Amino acid sequence: MVKCSESRLNLIFSALSDPTRRSILARLEKEPRLSISELAEPFAITLPAVLKHLDILCETGLIRRAKTGRTVWIEIEPGSMRVATDWLERHRRFWSTSLDRLVGYAEAKEREAEGEDK
Amino acid sequence: MTQAVLVRRIAARPAIVFDALVTAEGMASWWGPDDLPVLSAMAEPWVNGVFRVRFCRFDGSEHECTGEFLEIERPDRIVMSWRWDEGGDAVEAGNTSRLEFILRAIDTGTELTLIHSALRTEAAARSHACGWAGALEKLLRRYPQPRSAPRV
Repeated sequence: MVKCSESRLNLIFSALSDPTRRSILARLEKEPRLSISELAEPFAITLPAVLKHLDILCETGLIRRAKTGRTVWIEIEPGSMRVATDWLERHRRFWSTSLDRLVGYAEAKEREAEGEDK
Repeated sequence: MTQAVLVRRIAARPAIVFDALVTAEGMASWWGPDDLPVLSAMAEPWVNGVFRVRFCRFDGSEHECTGEFLEIERPDRIVMSWRWDEGGDAVEAGNTSRLEFILRAIDTGTELTLIHSALRTEAAARSHACGWAGALEKLLRRYPQPRSAPRV
């Protein structure tokens, strides 16, 4: 179970490291369901390249394919970003408290140094 | 790409803030998410030098994180790798992340930016420079949640 979420976290973060894939997600976030050709339209890359990006995103579970008739739709998978947002929240909390203490420590050191300068 | 970015303005000169970040004495004074004393800290503040910090939490659990200094430019910038050796998040066991501190001198002292990237290998500094961090966070936050987004 632990192993599983760990590798999902890695998959998601790797997927997000590419600007084309981030734009795909940003578009889907506004329009949660698009056909592959609608999705590919704004990109100046070949359809196979777009399909490859979509494969990677499907693998992360962030999006899914749905077929009606001959059209393949790409939909966002609600809640699937949870593992990534949780990571962000945990680390923000961790560092926020630590940095508050760092500020206190460094400012005390500065006052000491100023005292010595005089 | 997924990274936590935090900024603090500190009334202390960059060299003082820098030393607080990379020396054992400095780390021992601030590291850890709860306001509790650090149990032990060691640091070798040079490239490929190792650091190790052990701290406890309010629930009594003990945690240890460790890593290496990858880049170190006093007093402007520090990049280090970071992982849990003990305790921490089960989700992240075995995962090495990347921690970057950028110090900028300002009139009142130092502006400190911390960027904690989930993956060690990602080009965190570049994406931060492109202003992507904020946009990505917005995307993450607005990503539909199961309850609020009924399936069509």
